[in-house]
Amino acid sequence: MSERARQQYRGYRMVQADLVKELAIAFAVIAGLVVVLAILFSSPDQPTLTAQQVATAHPAELEATAIHILDGQNLIAAYGPPYNHGSGSVQKIGFFSPQTWAGVTLPLDAPDVFILSPLSRVAPLDPALGVALSTFRAASPSQKATWETSYQGALDHARVVNGQLLMPPSHSGPLPVILGAYLNLAKSGALEAIINLNGRTYQTDFTRALLVLQGAPLTRVAAGQELLGPEWGQMKEPGNYPGAVWLWFYTLLYQIPPYATSSVADLLAGATVGVVTLLFMFIPWIPGLRDIPRKVKIYRLIWREHYARHKK
Amino acid sequence: MNWTTWIRRWLLREIPMEDLLPDELPAYVHSYVYYFGVLTLASFLMLVVSGVILVIFGPQWWHVSAAGLFVNSIHFWSVQAFFFFMVLHLWAQFFMAAWRGGRGLNWVTGVVLFLVSILTAFTGFLSQQNFDSQWIALQGKDAFNALGVGGFFNILNFGQIYGLHIVVLPLVLALLIGVHLYLVRSKGVVTPLLDQAAPNKEAHHDE
Repeated sequence: MSERARQQYRGYRMVQADLVKELAIAFAVIAGLVVVLAILFSSPDQPTLTAQQVATAHPAELEATAIHILDGQNLIAAYGPPYNHGSGSVQKIGFFSPQTWAGVTLPLDAPDVFILSPLSRVAPLDPALGVALSTFRAASPSQKATWETSYQGALDHARVVNGQLLMPPSHSGPLPVILGAYLNLAKSGALEAIINLNGRTYQTDFTRALLVLQGAPLTRVAAGQELLGPEWGQMKEPGNYPGAVWLWFYTLLYQIPPYATSSVADLLAGATVGVVTLLFMFIPWIPGLRDIPRKVKIYRLIWREHYARHKK
Repeated sequence: MNWTTWIRRWLLREIPMEDLLPDELPAYVHSYVYYFGVLTLASFLMLVVSGVILVIFGPQWWHVSAAGLFVNSIHFWSVQAFFFFMVLHLWAQFFMAAWRGGRGLNWVTGVVLFLVSILTAFTGFLSQQNFDSQWIALQGKDAFNALGVGGFFNILNFGQIYGLHIVVLPLVLALLIGVHLYLVRSKGVVTPLLDQAAPNKEAHHDE
């Protein structure tokens, strides 16, 4: 023991210790514990939700997603920074809006990225599709809006028979050809891969392909497993597995007002967690907070042998 | 000035080997509470071992192989053990007011370790390439976008998140754990709080 340590522990009874052996034993205990847990419970691995699954089991849902991407009502189409200049998902409190300040850093033109470009890539296989896409691209915004409204009206009366989406006739120009081809492309299983094409063979960024199912399709599946935000979803895993329980405080905020009902819940929760984290980090220098341990006296339990010895 | 000599002298002065690896400790550390820290460290080592095996075989392996699923399960439960013991350790240090005696920086490094661990676990969830990752990425992006960092820290970009999870964040964690342990050993374990239940003569140790 160094002279400094001798000074520090002066007056305290010293005992033999073997920290390295302690770590080795702890490692063996943890290794045994996690191996047993792995054998007994394995780990969750639910496959991703694909556009193919949605197109096959819920074709009207995929068509609704697609028409709202075109008419700008889709969550991503109207999102705002970092994807576009929309305002649908922009969060600000007064002048405080880091999202707006950061700007559009991952530009994404939703109709083009999710629908028109993927279909253009397969248009050489279907000349009618090529013509329909050219007609749509050349149309005025008001003409497009009229077609989209008409198509949405027809979709509201659509039926699914033997897995096929049957829609009543509508005055929606080239949209039945375009969105029919879109449904078929999704059913083929190739939609996400085509959305993600970037001209390079190697690909590790799935931002675009993941964003296409944002909204109704993914929410439906998550809701079925009680994984939504108001259901403490931020700290849950699919199935009965323990999730990120250490996020309990952050998740709790989304269950209580004003966070639960706020349109800027993420910004409010982020700011709150930031402040609480700073308070927690600087407890040693904050009067009142740093005195809590002395008042609750749990330390008496921790050092009970020490206090018992001194009492004698 | 010889940098090598300076660093050697600084190390020997600041943290002599007998303090770095002591074989004598005060008797008051004889409490189960003192095991939480070493169990957290052991869980971290288990995470590194299982994580390295998963990395060697690639991010798809555990979806298609029984052996891969088993190693992933070990990694999954090690995460739970890591956080379980870390949180117990953290609360124990809080109730011991373990920041006393100039140990404030060690409390801060502990809190930073907790935060970086949360980020590391989060990037792990995102790296699974399954429904869990898909759902967490699409739900979580709104929080990062609202805070203005979603464009830089894009949780939908697998390559970026996987790199952070398997290299950058574990390195930061290992470095912080090193600093945390160094501070524990160089400052020594905190002494018991003064208590009327056990009036003692060690008042000068308490603050």
